[in-house]
Amino acid sequence: MKKVFSRPKSLKNTAFHYCGGCGHSIAHRLIAESIDELDIQDRIIGVPPAGCAVIAYNYFDIDMLESPHGRGCAVATGIKRVLPDRVVFSYQGDGDLAAIGTAETFHAANRGENITVIFINNAVYGMTGGQMAPTTLLGQVSTTTPPGRSALLDGHPVHFSEILGQLPGTMYVERCAVNTPANVMKAKKAVKKAFQYQMDNVGFSLIEILSQCPTNWKMSPVEACRWVNEVMMKEYPLGIIKDSKR
Amino acid sequence: MIRKTIFAGFGGQGVLMMGYIYAHTVMNEGYHVTYLPSYGVEVRGGTANCTVAVSDEEIASPIASEPDYLVVMNKPSLYTYQNRVAPQGIIFLNSSIIDTRPTRKDLNIHDVPVGDIAGKLGNPRVQNVVMMGSFIKKTGLITPEAFLKGLKQILGEKKKSAMEINRKAFAAGYELEI
Amino acid sequence: MQGNRVIGEAAIRAGCRFYAGYPITPQNELTEYMADNMRRAKGGTFIQAESEIAAINMVLGAAAAGARAMTSSSSPGISLKQEGISSLAADELPAVIVNIMRGGPGLGNILPSQGDYFQATRGGGHGDYRTIVLAPASVQELADLTMDAFDLADRYRNPVLILADGMMGQMMEPVEFSDPSSRQYPECYILKGKGKGKSKFIRGLILDAIRMEEHNWKLYRKYQVITQKEVRFETFWTDDAEILIVAYGTAARIAKGAIKRSREMGIPVGLIRPITLWPFPMEVIRSFAERVENFLVFEMNTGQMVEDVQLALGGIGKVQFYGRPGGVIPTPAELAKVIAYQARKK
Repeated sequence: MKKVFSRPKSLKNTAFHYCGGCGHSIAHRLIAESIDELDIQDRIIGVPPAGCAVIAYNYFDIDMLESPHGRGCAVATGIKRVLPDRVVFSYQGDGDLAAIGTAETFHAANRGENITVIFINNAVYGMTGGQMAPTTLLGQVSTTTPPGRSALLDGHPVHFSEILGQLPGTMYVERCAVNTPANVMKAKKAVKKAFQYQMDNVGFSLIEILSQCPTNWKMSPVEACRWVNEVMMKEYPLGIIKDSKR
Repeated sequence: MIRKTIFAGFGGQGVLMMGYIYAHTVMNEGYHVTYLPSYGVEVRGGTANCTVAVSDEEIASPIASEPDYLVVMNKPSLYTYQNRVAPQGIIFLNSSIIDTRPTRKDLNIHDVPVGDIAGKLGNPRVQNVVMMGSFIKKTGLITPEAFLKGLKQILGEKKKSAMEINRKAFAAGYELEI
Repeated sequence: MQGNRVIGEAAIRAGCRFYAGYPITPQNELTEYMADNMRRAKGGTFIQAESEIAAINMVLGAAAAGARAMTSSSSPGISLKQEGISSLAADELPAVIVNIMRGGPGLGNILPSQGDYFQATRGGGHGDYRTIVLAPASVQELADLTMDAFDLADRYRNPVLILADGMMGQMMEPVEFSDPSSRQYPECYILKGKGKGKSKFIRGLILDAIRMEEHNWKLYRKYQVITQKEVRFETFWTDDAEILIVAYGTAARIAKGAIKRSREMGIPVGLIRPITLWPFPMEVIRSFAERVENFLVFEMNTGQMVEDVQLALGGIGKVQFYGRPGGVIPTPAELAKVIAYQARKK
């Protein structure tokens, strides 16, 4: 019998700890499939963040170095400069990347570091229990914006991918989602392309993935997927923000 | 034996260079030496100073709270440092632009019109080397040959053509009546 | 050569091939020296980082990837680096961090100070860890200890701090560089892609309490070994001393000058100079207490190392303290007066 579906080689045989309906497990799988297809499992190094994905090294069967909160791009810079022929990526959430790690992310992009950043945007701080993230939508309820995020008091949702798209050092930025099979396929293509760009020495790339967080959004997984479509994408439209090779 | 010197003046007068060449030279001659430049905000503010300590044994502090010698290239430096100089110490004074005298009477004041001499040589940039000529003669710690050798080593890193005018400047300072 | 540049040169000679830093006075010449010279070294990387935090985290990445890595800063910047230093200690990664101390707290000033003793010797960041702390007292020692720092960092897979101050960094003195030893760092700790083998991960996050405890005890045992093996100190004129000064770095230099003056006046005074501030030469100081009663701790702060001296003595002997914080550099004459006063009192 022909095997048509199996666990990617780059994932360990470990069940994900992520909540039901969470986008992280899908994103992990897309990364692992891309690694397999590009045949780089032996020479890729990942940098997981502080956040829900903090123990990503339990799942990926690749070399990984944990980063302090927000510093993924600085840590990845250090690795990549020492080992330029390895493929290096950081995996970061919205709080990690767009709040505490703003400077590190921005300047790694501005230096045009030849690394890949996977940016998981679920509009909340997941691991710490659903506080406001820089990407939380206006009016969205979080544990630290109980009446809903107010522009006046809490500021606006940050469009970090668009900001990075403005930098000459950035080579490829795309926003994807993992809420429908079609979007998952597109996201996979984007992740793989970003790795390929790095292997071709093109430069800095970032893939933002709108990711559902049913637990902290207090929704069922199906509702959460729908919310990504109907609400989140209005604020954060999908598509290529910058592609220097196109 | 320990001898401490403060060199002070405007930024651009080659004050740090004077101390550096001196420190380099006495090091060549086998002395213990420390060179401590002023740094940070002060430098950006337009004044410069450095301290050179020379000794035949290990130097405890590179700071000169009571320098034996003070080389002042401008008036503000004279005001700042004159009261620090050790009793009976020597002040080397750029008499081309400093028109006042220290108020202390115990000091040995040595006027060096570095601006006039350098002007006659046709290069105002060598005022500091004129001063060093006089300083080396008066302090007598090292020979003029040793100083010129040190100077050459340092200039050698930049350009060799500069040596000629510097040699003249040094000689002019060295030959001054003291 | 100037102290700051000497550190840079010694580091490159010791095989440092990754440097990330951020400008701050009075250590800028070191960053500039690395910018000039690191790229000349084969495979060397220099990065002017966007912050001290980024710099130390780049060092974290570089160290994990197998490079001898270094960063440098001055007091306020070292505070920012603590997150990364704590991570390096947790991850058991080697790195050298240089602190050219200046006056504090807060922005303070840019003058030489020893206000960061507590921060340096108590780990500095969060969590249960220590860093080896080397305190040079001359430009020559800056060179020697910088080279040693890389070896120590590798040997114990632990961050090593060089704790000097603005005067050490700015001062020029003659220096000779010794030959570096060849690097002994096991390949198995280097992260470079799993290759054909098993995948590795380096991390400090250990959610399970028992395992975290195990890791803490493991680190503790390592620190115990360091404490037993790596204590360094210098004694000066201690043989017949009735008063012992304890001072390090710039303060120790000044103390030597003061001791010479005091000896001329017939006061029997000597110096214990800790070269490693952590591990601290506890036993050496205690052993002196068997015959010396009077200790005078001299620091360019309001009294930090004095607590370690008191700990070492455990109530035996008399410990006095003289300090000048805030960037004031006392003179040997000033300290000699303090010594004379102590001598009269006793």
